[in-house]
Amino acid sequence: MSVARAERLVNLVLCLLSTRQYLSADRIRGIVPGYGDAPTDDAFFRTFERDKTELRELGIPLEVGRNSMFDTVDGYRIARRDYELGAIDLEPDEAAAVALAVRLWDSPELTGAAHGALLKLRAAGVDVDQAAPTVVESKVRTSEPAFGPLLAAVQAGQAVSFGYRRPSPAELRERVLEPWGVVSWRGRWYVVGHDRDRDAPRCFRLSRIVGEVRKVGKPGVVRRPENVDLMRFVASTDREQPRSATATLWVAAGRGAGLRRRAKVVGERVVDGVPGDLLELELNYPDTAAGWIAGYGADVLVLEPDVLAKSVRERLVAVAEGAS
Amino acid sequence: MTGSQERLPRLLALVPYLIARPGIPIDEAAADFGVTPKQLRKDLELLWMCGLPGYGPGDLIDISFEEDTVTVTFDAGMRRPLRLTGAEATALLVALRALVDTPGVADADAIRRAVAKIEAAAGQAQPAGVAVGLGVREAAETARVREVVQSALRAGRALRITYYTASKDEITERTVDPMRVLIVEGRGYLEAWCRRAEAVRLFRLDRIDDVDVLDEAAAPPPYAEPTDTSTGLFRAAPDQRVARLVLEPDARWVSEYYPVEDVEELDGGRLRVVMRYADTSWIVRLLLGLGGEVRVEEPADLVMLLRERAAAAVRRIALVSG
Repeated sequence: MSVARAERLVNLVLCLLSTRQYLSADRIRGIVPGYGDAPTDDAFFRTFERDKTELRELGIPLEVGRNSMFDTVDGYRIARRDYELGAIDLEPDEAAAVALAVRLWDSPELTGAAHGALLKLRAAGVDVDQAAPTVVESKVRTSEPAFGPLLAAVQAGQAVSFGYRRPSPAELRERVLEPWGVVSWRGRWYVVGHDRDRDAPRCFRLSRIVGEVRKVGKPGVVRRPENVDLMRFVASTDREQPRSATATLWVAAGRGAGLRRRAKVVGERVVDGVPGDLLELELNYPDTAAGWIAGYGADVLVLEPDVLAKSVRERLVAVAEGAS
Repeated sequence: MTGSQERLPRLLALVPYLIARPGIPIDEAAADFGVTPKQLRKDLELLWMCGLPGYGPGDLIDISFEEDTVTVTFDAGMRRPLRLTGAEATALLVALRALVDTPGVADADAIRRAVAKIEAAAGQAQPAGVAVGLGVREAAETARVREVVQSALRAGRALRITYYTASKDEITERTVDPMRVLIVEGRGYLEAWCRRAEAVRLFRLDRIDDVDVLDEAAAPPPYAEPTDTSTGLFRAAPDQRVARLVLEPDARWVSEYYPVEDVEELDGGRLRVVMRYADTSWIVRLLLGLGGEVRVEEPADLVMLLRERAAAAVRRIALVSG
C-alpha cells in the first residue's frame, strides 16, 4: 500500500467517524486529502469504490444513507458504536491464556486472523506477553487442501460436493454435503454436515477427500441445526469402545519390553528350549492387541484367550506363506 | 505482519494502543506489532499527517517523541480499536475453547473467563463453524509424569527418566535437560536434551515409566534447537532405508498414521506406498503385526527376514497349542 493511499484511508476513516451527517462522495472528494488529485470524475469514483471495498473487507461498518428527503445521492458515515471494540480488561492469567491461544494455530487461514485479534486487544489496552514461556505447546495445522474451501463453504452456508475415499469397505464416491462446520479432533480435521444422499448427518475426514471441493447451489441455504455439538459428533464417531480382556502370554527372557511394562509376571516357563516368563496383561482393545503381539514373532506366545491366540497366528501364517 | 495489506489495520490500531500506554519505548511497541522499530517510526510519521477535516495544527493526530519513547497527545477521535471481525473472533475463541479441555496447558477457569470477556467485547454470537479438540487422552500415570515434568521445567531442573523406546522395543534410563512440553496429535511429549544421545529428543509422556527431578540445573546446550513439528514428528534421515509396500484396504490406516511417500492408488482400494524406516526391528514388528494386510515388494532382504521370523513363530505356536 502506497503512503498516499494509506494516508488517504486513515483520513477517510477519521472523517467518517467524526461526522454525524452522511457525507456524499462529492463532499468526501472535497474534504479528504488525496481525492482532490483525481484528474477526472471517473478516476475519483474508481478510487473511492476501491477504498470503500478495502474498508469493508477490514470489517469497518460503513453506513450508507441520506440525511433528508432532499438529498439526491447516498452518503456515508461510520457509527462509532459499531466501529469500536467494547471495553475489555483481562486479568494476567486470562491474558496468558490468550497468548497461548494465539500460538495454537499453524494455518494460513487462522494464524493471521488470530494475530489480527491480538493486535486489537492490545490496542484496547490489554497487555498480552507473547514471549512468556509456556509449559505446554501445541499447534493446530490446516495443511489439508480441502480445509480452506470447506471453511469458506461453512461460513457462506453453501453446499459442497467432493470425492471421498472410504477405506473399508474400499470405495471412492462423490458426496454432496451441507457443511455445518470443520472440526479438528486429535490433530485430524473432519467436516460435519448433512449428507444429502444419505439424508443424515455425517462426518468426513479431510485427508480422505480426493480432488477438489466444489460449491453446489447458492450461498446462504445451509442451516445448521441449533442443538448440534460438532465436537461431540466427531469425538463420538471416533471413539472405539474399550472391551477389556485379560490375556496370558509367554514372553522369552529379555524380550518384549513393550509388553512387559504393562504386564504382571505370574510365572516362568521354558518353551522350545528358551527360558521365558508368563505374563498377565490387561487389554483394552483386543483387536489392535493382536497386531501388537504378532509383531514380536516367536518371542511372544498367546496362551489365553483362544480368540486372541488364533488372531495372532493367522497374521503370522499369512506372512510366513507370503501373503496375497 | 509486514505485508502491505497489514498496514492499514496496524495504523488504525496504533493510535489507541499508544493512548493506552503513554511514553512506551518504540522498540516495545514495534515488538507488539511484529514490525521493526524503523517501520513503526514510518507508521507514526504517516499518522502524524492524518487527522480531522480542517487538517490544521489542532486537527491532526499529535505525537510526541522523547528519546526512544512515544506518546500520543491528540487522537483525532481514534480512541478505541476497531471491533473484531468474525474471522478474528472465531480464530481466537475456538483456540481458547480447545485449550479448556487440554490437561495441564493453562488454568481452565482463566480460559473460560477470557472467553466470556472477549465474547462480550466482540459482541458477536454467531456459531463459529470451526471447532478444535486436542483430545488428549491421559491416563492417571501419565498425568503424574506430566506434573513432575512440568514442575522440573518451572524449576529449571534436570530429570532422570525411565523411557520405553518403541522403535527399539527397549527400556533405558536417561538423564535429560527438559526444554518444553508439547502436544502433537492428541499426545503429550517432553522435548529435552538427552545427555545419552547428545541430541534433542522428543519423549512421549505415556512412555515415560518413571521420572525423578534431579538436584542439578537443566542445562541444554545453547545449540539445542526445538524440533520443528510442522510436518509431523517423523524425520527423514540419510541413513534411513526405504520399503515399498502394498496395503490392503484394512491396512490403509498405515498411510495415515506413518509418513509415507509416493502413494499410488491400486484397484480394490489397495495402496502402494514407500515408507522410510531407521530401525529394521521396528518395521519387522509393524509388518508382522499387519499379517496378510500388507505385502512387501522391496527390499528383498526384508521380505526374507519377515518370512523367516513368521515361520519361526508359527512353528513355536504349534509347540504350545499341541
